[in-house]
Amino acid sequence: MLTRRAALLSAAATALILAAPIPSRAADDLKLPRQKVELVAPPFVHAHEQATKQGPKIMQFTLTIEEKKVVIDEKGTTFQAMTFNGSMPGPLMVVHEGDYVEVKLVNPASSSMPHNVDFHSATGALGGAELTLVNPGEEVTLRWKATRTGTFVYHCAPGGPMIPWHVVSGMNGAVMVLPREGLTDGKGKPIKYDHVYYVGEQDMYVPRDEKGNFKSYDSPGDSYTDTVEVMRKLTPSHVVFNGKVGALTGKNALTAKVGETVLIVHSQANRDSRPHLIGGHGDYVWETGKFSNAPETGLETWFIRGGSAGAATYKFLQPGIYAYVTHNLIEAVELGATAHFKVEGKWNDDLMTQVKAPSEIPPANTH
Amino acid sequence: MLIAFKLKLALACAAGLAGPLAVAPLLSATDTRGGALVVEQAMVQVHAGALSYRVAGDFTRGGKQAAAPLRTIVFEKPLAIMRRQVSAADYQACVDDTACRALERGVAVAADRPAVQVNYHDAVNYAGWLSRKTGAHYRLPSDEEWAFAAGSRFKDDGLPVDEDDPSKRWIARYERESERKPGSSAPRAFGSFGINENGLADVAGNVWEWTSTCFVRGALDGAGNSVSSKANCGVRVVEGQHRAYVTDFIRDARAGGCAVGVPPDNLGFRLVREPLPLMSRLSAGLGRALHAPRS
Repeated sequence: MLTRRAALLSAAATALILAAPIPSRAADDLKLPRQKVELVAPPFVHAHEQATKQGPKIMQFTLTIEEKKVVIDEKGTTFQAMTFNGSMPGPLMVVHEGDYVEVKLVNPASSSMPHNVDFHSATGALGGAELTLVNPGEEVTLRWKATRTGTFVYHCAPGGPMIPWHVVSGMNGAVMVLPREGLTDGKGKPIKYDHVYYVGEQDMYVPRDEKGNFKSYDSPGDSYTDTVEVMRKLTPSHVVFNGKVGALTGKNALTAKVGETVLIVHSQANRDSRPHLIGGHGDYVWETGKFSNAPETGLETWFIRGGSAGAATYKFLQPGIYAYVTHNLIEAVELGATAHFKVEGKWNDDLMTQVKAPSEIPPANTH
Repeated sequence: MLIAFKLKLALACAAGLAGPLAVAPLLSATDTRGGALVVEQAMVQVHAGALSYRVAGDFTRGGKQAAAPLRTIVFEKPLAIMRRQVSAADYQACVDDTACRALERGVAVAADRPAVQVNYHDAVNYAGWLSRKTGAHYRLPSDEEWAFAAGSRFKDDGLPVDEDDPSKRWIARYERESERKPGSSAPRAFGSFGINENGLADVAGNVWEWTSTCFVRGALDGAGNSVSSKANCGVRVVEGQHRAYVTDFIRDARAGGCAVGVPPDNLGFRLVREPLPLMSRLSAGLGRALHAPRS
């Protein structure tokens, strides 16, 4: 039953596991400083320099896999989630071009399945997936060089039909590789941000029973057959930001002040999306997420290709509540893909004013 | 017919003023001709009294957004209102009798759970059917009546109005609506959200209740008196943890997209009854007698 590929995978994984506790020869040869980064759960992003004068470093991250049952909407619908570090999406990892990214992937013994990780920002071995497959109770360390700038998706890709299932079950996240000199408008003007938020969009496929109610399962394995049947219809039951309906609204709404610039990183590991800030715009938008291309400016809606992450900045000019949605409004309103920004500051009458409040239509002038 | 109705009201008024103000729970099963078992719900009587009430709707003063006026409403007679919301099983009896639209699939038909995912018309249809079956007059409460019965669970939704900065009001409203109690929106057994001081169960729990009050846009003068108002009855006031305005055919109020706010978890209802059945029958008889010579 042991296929050649599986044997290779397991051999590779074993080799890495054996090597992991002892820094490898290559790492010694790098003679670079190391920086250990504590990741934080989205929509927040770990502290980082927007531009750096330091030389390249080895940036160390740990991703711990967590399979768990979560609630994904206000109706109490449950979902068998598979996660990196317990959140959907997994955390955003920020490094600079030329840094080495060293990721320890831990699959606790409590997991029910093998997992791995494919970094779209990495070069070779299926983005590292071939070198990172870990069974429950195993861990592996992978290092890759950040040679390209931009925002990139990472996701679990453990082979065959497991791939899409693990991705839409929550095993997706993003990496942001910043140019060492920071973001620019493509003409040399630096672009800075006061806040960065990571919005991870995810399509979910929860099976229903014969009455039309969402089903609940005891384990990922129990949910598999029914879930794949729903997935194959390509019609999600939920499309959400950050793991559940309402994860970024109400008390969890994103915040900013008038005059502040936010950078919004938006990833979708599986399906196309079209972010739109209702009442605002995209000042500088890297629609494909790659900072070696000049950003587009002044956009109303931008497109995130399935399997990519994009980035947009916006300087808030007006206070109030803004909705950040995917502008397929059926998905935004009916399926959940809505976030809110709460922006405080001073209203600008020049940009907008209600000239006349709603009142009855006056009688027609008969003259 | 109109005379009879007015007389009913007058008699109810008299009965209310003269009658005992004790809680009058009534739970009786009436076998109807249609075969459906009509359960008359336990009612509570809210004592006559006064209420400080923030008028529902949007108001302007001098063409600018203004706070809704605060009024004192006097209830000169007690208010008979259902102790709990209409249950899914109660509502199903009306469906079985072909007088009400079916519940959404997924709403459990249970005697101990509220009928949810019902719209304004469903509630009105149910009230009409229950009135026909019982001979009493059931109807939705007005927003004032709901607030009066809700007592301390009614929240004044007055907001600071800054004429120069509309965003302050939006943010204040958003923050207040976000204060809602955490928890699942799944309907829970009656009594799960407690009993208020007037004896009503589950007021401002996770079911918002339809009222008969229409959305009003009004203009105020400098003293806060209404100078004009226009009602849009395609949108009705629903009450619960916060006051909301919901289009009458909506069964499941959702937010998202442009509607930046927090929607009601569920839409259900409870009814008021007027007058007391005995007086109703009496007045109906009297009404017929008075009406007869004219026809």
